Amino acid sequence: MSNAASKQRPVYRNIHVTQILRYRLPLAGQLSILHRISGALLFLALPVILLPMFDRSISSEISFEEMKGIVSSPFVKIVLLGLIWAYMHHFCAGIRYLVLDLHIGTDKDSARKSAAVSFGVSLALTAVFGLKLFGVF
Amino acid sequence: MAGNNIGAKRLVVGAHYGLSEWIAQRVTAVIMSVYTIGLLIAVLFTPDLGYEKWVRFFNFEVFALPLGKILALLAMLSLCYHAWFGIRDIWMDYVKPTGVRLGLQVLTILWLVGSAGYAAQILWRV
Repeated sequence: MSNAASKQRPVYRNIHVTQILRYRLPLAGQLSILHRISGALLFLALPVILLPMFDRSISSEISFEEMKGIVSSPFVKIVLLGLIWAYMHHFCAGIRYLVLDLHIGTDKDSARKSAAVSFGVSLALTAVFGLKLFGVF
Repeated sequence: MAGNNIGAKRLVVGAHYGLSEWIAQRVTAVIMSVYTIGLLIAVLFTPDLGYEKWVRFFNFEVFALPLGKILALLAMLSLCYHAWFGIRDIWMDYVKPTGVRLGLQVLTILWLVGSAGYAAQILWRV
């Protein structure tokens, strides 16, 4: 055994909450935990934000216009931007998982690349829909 | 990992070991993807989208069959089923006390079944 190998190193067997920020996940790991967080966000938003909005948008012409008024507030736009990100992230990372389930790209290099692509595509889509939401085009 | 002689022991208890849930989570994901991409394309290719055109996506009928409502409801039910597996996995990973976990799982089911009912009520009013 060389000296370098026997040197004391931090060991994370079971990550505690206090170690989360010091624990550096690989890119695919970050994609994975954000997939879980975005899914949980969408689950929470479903009956309290998403369905009431959908309700107002299709119930009547009056409520449709009302909905447009509500969405014009900057606070609502920021909440919606968060949900758009959650949706895009969950969608893109989910497609990646479906491809991995077909045993495509499971080696370390391609898994890292596909994680980077998922991040790129979901953030780009979030930017496009976000710019549309904030009325840039 | 698992040895080759584990099969006989597994058969005795007759559990599914999550395979059907695993498949269902993926099938529901595909159903939702197809629906949302279809809806997104319809929205993008509809000029001057206002209330009248928006509501048509959900209340159109084919031979008196409320297809718009049925497709939206199927996507919604897929969502609820899919979210049930996902949220249940979160509770199973992080919440160890059985009573608390059971309570959270019951709340999750109520949350999702309530959402599905709400969605059905929204759809069948238009």
